[in-house]
Amino acid sequence: MAVAAARLPSPGGLRGLARNETLRNRVIVAGLLLLGVAYPFFYRMIPSAIPAPDLNNLIVMSYYAILALGLNIVVGFAGLLDLGYVAFFAIGAYTAAFLSSPHFDIHLTWWIVVWVAVAIAALSGILLGAPTLRLRGDYLAIVTLGFGEIVPLVFRNLPGDITGANQGIRPIDPPTIPLAGPWGDQLSFSNSNLQLALYLVLALLVFSYWLCQRMRDSRLGRAWMAIREDETAAASMGINTVNTKLLAFALGASLSGFAGAFVGAYQTAIFPESFRFSISITILVVVILGGMGSLRGAVVGAFALQYVNLTFLRWVGQYVNPPLNSVGRSTGIEFLENFVLHSYNFLIFGIVLVVMMVVRPEGLLPTRERKAELHGIGVAAEETAATADEVATHETALEEAGEAVTIEDLPPEDQKRDR
Amino acid sequence: MLELHDVHAYYGNIHALKGVSLTVDEGEVVTLIGSNGAGKSTTLKTISGLLRPRLGEVRFEDGVLNAVPPHQIVSLGISQSPEGRRVFPRMTVAENLEMGAFQRTADATLQEDFKRVYRLFPRLEERRSQRAGTLSGGEQQMLAIGRALMAKPRLLLLDEPSMGLAPVLVELIFDIIRTINQQGTTILLVEQNALMALGVAGRGYILQTGQIVLADSADRLRQNDDVRKAYLGG
Repeated sequence: MAVAAARLPSPGGLRGLARNETLRNRVIVAGLLLLGVAYPFFYRMIPSAIPAPDLNNLIVMSYYAILALGLNIVVGFAGLLDLGYVAFFAIGAYTAAFLSSPHFDIHLTWWIVVWVAVAIAALSGILLGAPTLRLRGDYLAIVTLGFGEIVPLVFRNLPGDITGANQGIRPIDPPTIPLAGPWGDQLSFSNSNLQLALYLVLALLVFSYWLCQRMRDSRLGRAWMAIREDETAAASMGINTVNTKLLAFALGASLSGFAGAFVGAYQTAIFPESFRFSISITILVVVILGGMGSLRGAVVGAFALQYVNLTFLRWVGQYVNPPLNSVGRSTGIEFLENFVLHSYNFLIFGIVLVVMMVVRPEGLLPTRERKAELHGIGVAAEETAATADEVATHETALEEAGEAVTIEDLPPEDQKRDR
Repeated sequence: MLELHDVHAYYGNIHALKGVSLTVDEGEVVTLIGSNGAGKSTTLKTISGLLRPRLGEVRFEDGVLNAVPPHQIVSLGISQSPEGRRVFPRMTVAENLEMGAFQRTADATLQEDFKRVYRLFPRLEERRSQRAGTLSGGEQQMLAIGRALMAKPRLLLLDEPSMGLAPVLVELIFDIIRTINQQGTTILLVEQNALMALGVAGRGYILQTGQIVLADSADRLRQNDDVRKAYLGG
C-alpha cells in the first residue's frame, strides 16, 4: 500500500498543482501567440535546411485547427460520429461567396458575412440533425457521410448559374478594414497579404478556442459528456437529449461555417472540388490524433498534421525524390521514376494513425479522463487501482519488496481499495 | 400521488405491459415484485417517460404524464435510479451527483443536498473525487441512488437496487431506502429480492408477464402461499 500512497499528493498540494498548471498553460499560450505574431517578420531568415512552414501553410494549419475544434464538439464532447463535416465547411464558404462577390453582385462586408455564414451553417446542422439524431453510432455516421457527399455535389450540379458549377465562384471580396496608411487606402486580409490573413485567422482561432472552452465548462458541456457516457442515464437525469445533441451539431457546424467563410475570402475563390470527403476524414484524424474531447489536442493535432502534410513531407521529398527518380529512370521502374513523397500523404497519415492506436491510443494531448481510462495512472490522486493490470503491478511491487503477499493477505481495507 | 391506469406498452411488436394498474400514495414505499422479464423495469420506464404507453394513462398528481418528455418529468418531481446503476463512469462521484441536479439550475439549496447525500452515504463523500467507473458495485449503487436524490424528487423510482450486491450491502442499501422514505420521499421500489422488498414496503404488487396478478399489503403478501412459493423460496 505504501507504494500507492507515495504516489498520492495531498489534496492541498493537488490544488496548488492545478493553479501552477493554469499559469503554465497561460504562459505557453501567450508564448505561442507571440511566436505566431512575430513569425512573418523572421521566417524568411530561417535557413532552408530547417523545414519551417511558410505563411500560407501556417494559415492552413490554423483554419484546420478551427475545423478540428468544431468537429471536436460533435465527436469529442457529445460522442456523435460525424463523417460529413466538410458539408458545413462548404456551406460557410459558399455563403461567403454568395454574399460578397460579383456572382450575384452582392458585396456585403466580410465582417457581417462571416456571421451570416455561421448562422446558416448552424441552421444546416440543425436541419441535418433533426431527422438523423434518432440514429445512433454507425447509422448516424453513414447518414452524415451521405450528407457530406451530397452538399458539394449540389453546389456543383445546381442548374443554371446558381452556384457556378465546376468553375466555382470568384473573385470573392477579401475582408478589409478601411484604414489608410503606407500600405494603401485599406488593410486587406487575403492571400495578397499573407501576414494580415495570418493575424485574422489566429484571432478567429483564439476566439473559437475560448468559445469551446466556455462551452465545455458549462452546463451544456456537462450535458454533452453525460450523453456521450450514457444516453439513457442522461435522459433520466433530466437532460433533454434531443435538443442537447442538436446543439452539438449546430455549434460544431457553426465553427465549420466560420472557417469556411474565412477560407472563401482568404482564397478569394472557391470550387466544389475543394470540399472533398478527404477533408472530413482529415479533420476527424486530427481530432483523434490530438485526443478526443481535448481542445489543446485538437489545435496541436491540426498544426502537427498539416505541418507534416504541407511542409515536412515536401521538405523530405526534396532529398528523397530526386535520387529515387533517377534510380527509376535508369532501371525503368515507373513507380520510382514518378515518385513524389507528399502524394503519399494519406498513406502516411494512415500509418501514423495505426501507430498511434498502438502506442498512444488516448491521443497527443488527451483529456484527463481519457488518460485515466486508458492508462489508469498518475491522474486523479484518489484513483484506486481498477484494472487487473494495476493489481498485478501492485503484486509485483510487493514481491520485489521481499514480501510475497497476495491481495487476499492484505487487510480488508486494502482489499477494498484494490477492487 | 402516482396512478397507472390500464397501461399497455410495447417494444416493437412485443406486448410488454398488458394493462398494468397501480397507485402510489404520498409517503408510501410501494414495491413491484416479479421475476425476470415480468415488466418491472418497463413499468418504471413508462413512468419516467423513457417509454411511451400505447394505451392507458400514467397520472402524477393532477397531470397526465403520457406525452411529457423525460426531462420535464424529472422537474415535475420524479427521478429514477436506473437498473444496472448506469453511473457516468468517467465522471467523478461529485460530478455524477451534480448531473443528478441537472434540472435545478442555480439553486441555493444544492450544497445542502450534497450534504444530505453524503450523510446518507458517507462512503460517497470519501470517494467524491474518484471516477465512478472505479467504484465497487455497492458504491455505484449508492451513487445511483444519491444521484437520483439530487433531483429532489417527491417520488423516487428505484430499479433493483440489490442487484449483484453482497448480502451485507443489500441490508445496508435497504436501511438507507427506509431512511430516505422517513425523510419524506415517496418510493416505488422494483425488486427481485422479494423478501427484502416486502420488508421495507407497506404495500406490494406482483407482476407476471406484463400483468399485475396480486396486490396487497406487504404483510399479507408475505403470508400468501403462492407468493411464498414463487418468490420467497418456500
